Amino acid sequence: MQTIDMQEVSLRDVNATLHEQAETTNQTTWTLENPKGAHAIACGLDAPIEVTVKGSTGYYCAGMNQQATVNIKGSAGPGVAENMMSGTVIIDGDASQYAGATGHGGLLVIKGNASSRCGISMKGIDIVVHGNIGHMSAFMAQSGNLVVCGDAGEALGDSLYEARLFVRGSVKSLGADCIEKEMRPEHLEILTDLLERAGSDAKPSEFKRYGSARKLYNFNIDNAY
Amino acid sequence: MNDEHASAPRTTPIQSATFSNPVNAEIRRSAATGIYDIRGGGAKRKLPHFDDLLFLGASMSRYPLEGYREKCTTSVTLGTRFAANPIELDIPITIAGMSFGALSGPAKEALGRGATLAGTSTTTGDGGMTNEERGHSNKLVYQYLPSRYGMNPVDLRRADAIEIVVGQGAKPGGGGMLLGQKISDRVAEMRNLPKGIDQRSACRHPDWTGPDDLEIKILELREITAWKVPIYIKVGGARPYFDTTLAVKAGADVVVLDGMQGGTAATQDVFIENVGQPILACIREAVRALQDLGMHREVQLVVSGGIRNGADVAKCMALGADAVAIGTAALIALGDNDPKWEAEYNALGTTAGAYDDWHEGQDPAGITTQDPELMKRFDPIEGGRRLNNYLKVMTLEAQTIARACGKSHLHNLEPEDLCALTLEAAAMAKIPLAGTDWYPGKPNTSF
Repeated sequence: MQTIDMQEVSLRDVNATLHEQAETTNQTTWTLENPKGAHAIACGLDAPIEVTVKGSTGYYCAGMNQQATVNIKGSAGPGVAENMMSGTVIIDGDASQYAGATGHGGLLVIKGNASSRCGISMKGIDIVVHGNIGHMSAFMAQSGNLVVCGDAGEALGDSLYEARLFVRGSVKSLGADCIEKEMRPEHLEILTDLLERAGSDAKPSEFKRYGSARKLYNFNIDNAY
Repeated sequence: MNDEHASAPRTTPIQSATFSNPVNAEIRRSAATGIYDIRGGGAKRKLPHFDDLLFLGASMSRYPLEGYREKCTTSVTLGTRFAANPIELDIPITIAGMSFGALSGPAKEALGRGATLAGTSTTTGDGGMTNEERGHSNKLVYQYLPSRYGMNPVDLRRADAIEIVVGQGAKPGGGGMLLGQKISDRVAEMRNLPKGIDQRSACRHPDWTGPDDLEIKILELREITAWKVPIYIKVGGARPYFDTTLAVKAGADVVVLDGMQGGTAATQDVFIENVGQPILACIREAVRALQDLGMHREVQLVVSGGIRNGADVAKCMALGADAVAIGTAALIALGDNDPKWEAEYNALGTTAGAYDDWHEGQDPAGITTQDPELMKRFDPIEGGRRLNNYLKVMTLEAQTIARACGKSHLHNLEPEDLCALTLEAAAMAKIPLAGTDWYPGKPNTSF
């Protein structure tokens, strides 16, 4: 295992070192100590390595992640795992705004709560939040799955496209064009798999599914000159 | 009326200037349909523009350069502030961001070909980077937009620069639209959206909300790209002094400033015509912001919105810009709105030069479409050649003017080389009214 003390090594050097790891690296396990809320830690990784951040992070930790597994042993600032393509990001604490924003793939697990705009504009990422999520989550979410084991705040799924939203607790309000939908066996299968991978013991049968009513998909184009 | 007055002069029917025929037609159209007009392009109304400025030329007090013999260089380097690999261009005329989706794949390829032949850069758009575009563009700027359609770290690292789009001149404060007719299988796949829906791009970025956040976002993008490529910030012509100041504060290498004549693929006509400022009113304020920060020429300024010829380019340089970007003019050079398609424009209810329903995907020129049959009409190699020719002519024109003003580089042009034809242009560009040494708002003078 490789250990880097972020009080001794600059952010640039930390990220450059992690970026140098190729798919064939033998140094697959890394620990970053003393992050102290620094921004852009372990962003842009593209190798099957495991990085553990021992503390809380600032903005955009694990942004645009590919392949890597990033464990945050604390809470994460805004935009954690933004635009993630693949891999796994696991946060032991809470996540601030925009967690998993625009993510295209991979799995983001938040063991605490997530703030507002969780999963905003998500494009294929899977997000599992063990706690609650804030307002305007999954705004304009395009695809992927957002699983919330607690409650959801106001305007969930506003202007939603094809993402699937699963909420176990209450939903304060649904956003424009977001409706409750039938939970079919294929959805329970997706949900069961995600809960298991995220280490949650919540029962899939306790969740409700929400999705797009698809009423905002088209303007009346005959009238649009 | 009795016979006595039958032959008396009649009152001439007078059309209202306020309720003109086009205004009334739009009222009738709105009343019949209940929906606003959506169109492409930029502001069509008459605005104070570069035509309202003139160069003074050399005379007794200025020494001109020989027209075709003496050197007048045109190169520009963008991104010298932080990037390890700034972009070096042969000419200060770049191609503005236009999306694959709004434009066909071959049209994007032609922009890359033409820009590369001319020694300049082209720019992606709201829809991601295509291989054709990357492959044919020596210098490619990758736009980072609110929608993040197609955004990925692989393409980010393939880019020669990153342009964070905060806004554009046609619609400062508005997001993009791409209507269902143009969401082909390929466009849908790249944007991760169902085929055929009317796609709406967000007007705000999803993971930052102000210049303080943006500073951290730029840090992230620089970390991902190892601080190699320049980062531009593009803003619409809204509050150019403050927008430029905040862009510099956020860490931009280059500020791109787009006036309201700058085109869009599609948005509401009311937005295009009523929000934002003409580029003439924006340049000096942006330059002033850079000068106040001691950053003029260190953070480069690229301006766009209605640039058509070398005179416009030279005027932008004289007002303090480092480079310009063209979009609409580049499309016209490729063949957009060409009168040779007049019969087909007529069939669409319009005429060559006025066609702006780019969002409908029925472009007779095969440029703003995803229709495979229409796309066949456009040859990307010929299109690239035409664009290169046009860029070459613009450059020669700008050099002609610069030499006449005694300048050995386009960047040596200065406000003192200009005069204004109208009070409006004088005030907006802070250039003296022709025949005077005064402009409205000049310090230590009264109106």
